[in-house]
Amino acid sequence: MGRILATLQKRGAELSDADAQRALLASVPLPRSFEAALGSSGLFPLRPTTLDILQVNVGRRCNQTCKHCHVDAGPDRSEVMPRDVMEAVLAFLTRHRVGRLDITGGAPELHPDFRELVVRGAAAGAHVMHRCNLTAILLPNYADIPALLAAHRVEVIASLPYFQARETDAQRGAGVFDESIEGLRRLNALGYGRGTGLELNLVANPVGTFLPGDQASLETMWKRELKQRFDLDFDHLFTITNMPISRFLEFIDERGRTVDYMTRLANAYNPVAAASVMCRNTLSVGYDGRLYDCDFNQMLEMPLADGAPRTIFDASLAALQARDIAVGPHCFGCTAGAGSSCGGAVA
Amino acid sequence: MNESTGQGAKRTYYDAADLGKFGEIAEGAPDLARKFFDWYGAVFAEGALTAREKSLIALAVSHAVQCPYCIDAYSTDALEKGSNVDQMTEAVHVAAAIRGGASLVHGVQMRNHVHALGM
Repeated sequence: MGRILATLQKRGAELSDADAQRALLASVPLPRSFEAALGSSGLFPLRPTTLDILQVNVGRRCNQTCKHCHVDAGPDRSEVMPRDVMEAVLAFLTRHRVGRLDITGGAPELHPDFRELVVRGAAAGAHVMHRCNLTAILLPNYADIPALLAAHRVEVIASLPYFQARETDAQRGAGVFDESIEGLRRLNALGYGRGTGLELNLVANPVGTFLPGDQASLETMWKRELKQRFDLDFDHLFTITNMPISRFLEFIDERGRTVDYMTRLANAYNPVAAASVMCRNTLSVGYDGRLYDCDFNQMLEMPLADGAPRTIFDASLAALQARDIAVGPHCFGCTAGAGSSCGGAVA
Repeated sequence: MNESTGQGAKRTYYDAADLGKFGEIAEGAPDLARKFFDWYGAVFAEGALTAREKSLIALAVSHAVQCPYCIDAYSTDALEKGSNVDQMTEAVHVAAAIRGGASLVHGVQMRNHVHALGM
């Protein structure tokens, strides 16, 4: 089990290509299409509600190579959001008074202007959210970031799939668990997750090809175990389903589990979850400024529907709100069971 | 292979895909099936025991009754409910200990009989 693996892109893997991923997903025989499932719930075509979250993917660089990563992020990726895109993001955020700025990656800290994006996003009045892998903040050049986040009341959403090393390291790389615990210690020391108003939420993706369990039950368990074992605290646990995209798609396909996994997701379709999927109140921005309905569509290179704005540079809120949301078989990942979103279960 | 006679190398008594057909058992006796599945669902609901504890019990019993469908289903279920492989392995040891102990404790009956027959 190595700490760092080559990304799909670096290996030239077939599934590094978004077209190949979409073709593989489309080839899986399912009991019904996602569109038909939505139709059975009176939700097709899927439409936006209100735009609450601008989720900005600032690039694919990461100091980890987690096996389930739908971004195919890693140290060998070089894509980072250029200045003009970042300026357009901040202008859009300010102009439309979007309530939440959700910064994701890769490891967002590795973006050279991450600090500035945090500061200016908070100054624009947005509730800033940082998706944190808990290890980048230990690197010498980024060790100042937790204090910056605290100073701007940034919500930290940190990945920790299990409360012990074997499972965490199996998903995220050798040694990641111990470093993650150190990352959590530093955040707790600043008041994060300790009732000070600095919000620290954990994300748990299943370590394998199974679905997340009941979020509230798992949160109780994670809190008990992290407190007993490490005297650590956090606010909420978000369970997120592993999406059949990029590295997790390769993982299941290499094991011949693609049909089983997709069938499991499709059979677990929950109309209540479907009504609350995150793409209805979120707009996703790629590092190059292109717009998507969610970070998953972004990685599958499924742009906004025809007629909708294509980039942050030409985005108008009215045109965005008039669009139909682009869907595909992977969307069953967000509607299975209690549902899944970047904020955890939705039903 | 002749599917009806099972002549050929691929015929097996257990097929993992059959688990997905469990609901079809209702076709023979729908009222009984409904009662069974309602009761089954109620048994595994959160109660005096947590759903995770019940899942581990089910996993152990699955091994005691040697049901491959149940082992597949409750291995997945236990993971989904947050159990880890150490806890699941210990649960299986509990089942194995009871099975082994059940055989061994019958040795007392054997000894009683031997003593009754002996001088």
